[in-house]
Amino acid sequence: MLISSRDPFECRETENLYRLAVNLKNSGHAVTLFLVQNGVIPARKSASNREFAGLIRQGIHIEVDDFSAKERSISESELKKGVNLAPLDNIIDCLAKGTKTMWH
Amino acid sequence: MNKKTTLAFAIMDPPFESARSTTFFRLLSIAASRGYDINVFAYEGGVHLPFNNQKAHANGVHGTTLEEENHPLPKEWISELMNVAKQNDGHIEWVNCGLCADERGIDETVSGVRRGSPADFWKLASTSDNSLVIGTR
Repeated sequence: MLISSRDPFECRETENLYRLAVNLKNSGHAVTLFLVQNGVIPARKSASNREFAGLIRQGIHIEVDDFSAKERSISESELKKGVNLAPLDNIIDCLAKGTKTMWH
Repeated sequence: MNKKTTLAFAIMDPPFESARSTTFFRLLSIAASRGYDINVFAYEGGVHLPFNNQKAHANGVHGTTLEEENHPLPKEWISELMNVAKQNDGHIEWVNCGLCADERGIDETVSGVRRGSPADFWKLASTSDNSLVIGTR
């Protein structure tokens, strides 16, 4: 699991995390990208970021922290197709299962 | 009988600055509610989180009293999370980096917090099922 807490429009490093997600998937790993805090911004339908769009095209599993989305007034209907709201509990689930988890 | 889950976290953000510390506390709250054992290594600005001299304040700009402002204090959240963990048969082991604390004059913390060194994070992580490092940059 890769946790993305930053907005790619503010922090270009975030796009490196997106590329890492794609590279891991292409190497045969199961990858979940969990968006939290300002990391949820590119999931909004109207947000345009080529690298993030590539994640959806490549079939990366993307989850959006429901609380962070609510704080930013992003409802489920305003999310891009291919991303879904999820509780923060999913991070704890992954940690408890022993899934490698990295914060960015 | 299933082995108990133990998770380790490292946090370096001070309170009142970044959403990272809020998310960190949300994660701790979920794990504590499940009765997991939780190991925390706080370093750099993170040693301020359990600082016992944090004080709530009124807000003269908003014209609110101390009670109306109801200012949140991370030291109280930590104590409460320790209670929640205990109520669910879990435990929070919180280690403040001693060097980082000395640099910042953090000489008083809430009960249940001990001093340590970065080597303690290695020990805490080694005895945990999984670890999450929440870095500032």
